[in-house]
Amino acid sequence: MRTVEPWVKAPLERFLAESSARLTLLMTSSGQVVAQHGFTRSVDVMTAAALGAAIVASTQEIARLVGEARFLSLVHQGVAQHVFLSGFETPRGRWIGLVVFDGESTVGLVQLFFDRLVQDLVAAAPREAPVERPLAENFERELNASLRALFGR
Amino acid sequence: MTNPAEMLDRLSTVRGIRGSVLVSASDGLAVVESLMAGVDGRAVAALAASLVNRLRRATECAGRREPVFLQLHAAGGTVLAAPCGAELVLVAIAGPDTNVGLARLEMLDVVGRLA
Repeated sequence: MRTVEPWVKAPLERFLAESSARLTLLMTSSGQVVAQHGFTRSVDVMTAAALGAAIVASTQEIARLVGEARFLSLVHQGVAQHVFLSGFETPRGRWIGLVVFDGESTVGLVQLFFDRLVQDLVAAAPREAPVERPLAENFERELNASLRALFGR
Repeated sequence: MTNPAEMLDRLSTVRGIRGSVLVSASDGLAVVESLMAGVDGRAVAALAASLVNRLRRATECAGRREPVFLQLHAAGGTVLAAPCGAELVLVAIAGPDTNVGLARLEMLDVVGRLA
C-alpha cells in the first residue's frame, strides 16, 4: 500500500484488513491519486483513476436526470471480480474510492467497511492544511512526486 | 405461509430474539429483514454472510458436509445462522435470555419452507 498523504495510511490499512479488497484506489474527484493498494504499474493506477473519476462524473449526470443529487455508490458485478465505486466528502474536498474485490469478499462487506473508511478518513484529515491548486508549471513535478510516493521509485 | 417477511416476523416472536435477516450469501446484502430498532441490519447481513461462507469453505476443506446451523455465543447474546440453499442465509440476533433451542427449531422450519 502506498499513500501520498501519511494520515490516509492507517484508515486504509484497516479497510484493507477488514474488507479483503484486492485493489483499492483513493483519488480526488478530478482523478488525482491519493493512495493505492495492489496496483503494480503506475500506468494502471493512472488509467484506473481517470476511468473511475469519469464513471462517477457520468453517473452523477444520470442521477441528476432522475432527480437525485448524486448516487452514493456504484457496483460493477463481474464473474470473478467486481468493482465498487463511491464518491464522498472529506475536509480535503470530494474524493472517490475505487475498490476491486473477488470471492474473498462481498459487496455487503465492502460497502460496510468503506463507510467506516470514510468516517476514519474524515476524522483523521488535518483540518488546517491548505488546499493548493495545482499550477501548470508544477504539474509534472507534482505528478512525479506522487508517482514516487505511490510506487516507491 | 410462504411470505418471507411474515416468516421473519413470526421468528421474532420467539422470546429474546431481537430480529432476523434473510441474507443473500453471495453478496452479503439483506433480502428481507425484521429487526428491532438499534440493530444494524446491513452490518449483520454482511458479516454473517461472510462468516457462513467461510464456515462452508472450512467444512468443505475438512471433508465434511455443509453446515446446517451456526450458533455464535457472545457476552451479550447469540448470533444464529442457518444456510438456506446455496444462495440465502437466515440470520437471527438473540439476547442472553433467548430460548435458543426453540429459536433453532423455528429457524430450521423457516429454512425448510424457503428452500
